[in-house]
Amino acid sequence: MKILPLLTAIALTSSSMAINAQQVEVSVTNLTQGIYYTPFLVSAHSADMSLYTLGEAASPELQMMAEGGDISGLSAMLSNGNADIMENPAGGLLAPSMTTTTMLDTAEGNDRLSIVAMLLPTNDGFVGLNSWKIPSEAGTYTFKVNAYDAGTEANDEMITGGGAPGAAGIPVAPGGDGGSGGTGVTMEEGNMTVHVHRGNLGDDNMTSGKSDLNNTVHRWLNPVASITVKVM
Amino acid sequence: MTFILKMRNILTLLVLSSSIIITGCGGSDSKSSTPVVVPPPVLTPITYQYEVTVKNLTNAQPMSPIAVVLHDEGQLWQLGEPASSAFEMLAESGDNSAVLAESMVLAGQSGAGVLLSGMQETITVSIEDIMPQMLSVATMLVNTNDAFSGINAMVIKDLGVGESISMQTSSYDAGTEMNSELMTTIPGPAGGGEGFNEIRDDVNFVAMHPGVVSQDDGLMQSVLTQAHRFDNPTLMIMITRTE
Repeated sequence: MKILPLLTAIALTSSSMAINAQQVEVSVTNLTQGIYYTPFLVSAHSADMSLYTLGEAASPELQMMAEGGDISGLSAMLSNGNADIMENPAGGLLAPSMTTTTMLDTAEGNDRLSIVAMLLPTNDGFVGLNSWKIPSEAGTYTFKVNAYDAGTEANDEMITGGGAPGAAGIPVAPGGDGGSGGTGVTMEEGNMTVHVHRGNLGDDNMTSGKSDLNNTVHRWLNPVASITVKVM
Repeated sequence: MTFILKMRNILTLLVLSSSIIITGCGGSDSKSSTPVVVPPPVLTPITYQYEVTVKNLTNAQPMSPIAVVLHDEGQLWQLGEPASSAFEMLAESGDNSAVLAESMVLAGQSGAGVLLSGMQETITVSIEDIMPQMLSVATMLVNTNDAFSGINAMVIKDLGVGESISMQTSSYDAGTEMNSELMTTIPGPAGGGEGFNEIRDDVNFVAMHPGVVSQDDGLMQSVLTQAHRFDNPTLMIMITRTE
């Protein structure tokens, strides 16, 4: 007779624990040979939020991140939606081949994982994981992610320091391997929705030509990052 | 009360059965006072055999002879870490002999020759008595400076006889030779230049390959043309355990 209530109590505790929270460890590895990532924004949020949608125009907050690496807008947006957030786990740029790891405690209902950071040097390229459903089953999940173009800025490939939303140009080439004097690859952004990035073009002239980027250093092929999620 | 009684019965049964096992063991031991010659068990060697089918998916990047390796530990390469000298040789010249001779290799097999675009080859590798934990595959894209593709330390210990795993693989850059694309540095038919050179003049870590640029896409010094450009994936690989 005493066993039944005990069992019920156990069932209740375990189910309420499952709803309440999950603890996840998130690792991001930069798979590229010559591209840097600006500070990452790692977040767990509800299913009705999303940082971007492929084929649709970027939000002003995503534009801030993709053009200048500024995650404050997206972070505020997520906070308003009661998301769990970890900003800048790498403590700055994530260099080629490097990995950053962070823990995230997720609140009830925040079962979607999103991760974004800007690719440097690009005009508005970013790496993204979009609303990935965190499994309820404990385990280690690894997958590769691609580079996207926010569709908010022409890919002129000119290193001008321009990182503010709407400002033309690339903020910086962190590897110190950028050129100057480029006349601009293009002044138009034909596709103004978020789409798979076509890659940097670059050229072989560091003081003139169309691009300030180096075509043997600043190109990439997908995937550009590896993400490992450990559900505790 | 009935519940407790049943529990007792089960417990008794458990105790009884375990004691039976114990007496059983003891009994056979005590009876073996007269020496009985037990013939040694005949050990028929168990063969673990894998067929690895590799198809070249590129437009015009011949693959150097494919290296297939069974191993229990280690990795042929590690993202973010410098390539080993043996691996540098494979990635810069296509010569897989040093990789196949590495100490971690339990059994290794090379493909018959260069694998041209669109072609496929099946390489059989086998080992006796030791079930291998991992399988790796590596090959150079020969019309590049130091690009390679393959599988790194895939766990195959749970693969049953007759079962297969299929996958497409991406391309990596060994990071040991700058991607100059100069004729003198491309060992494949597009260049006919130097293969292995122990000087490391690149980033010195393994990463995903950024792709080749080519003279048609803005690298004037390149001996490569648009035809040599590639994207991921570059190989289709199927592993089948046959024994």
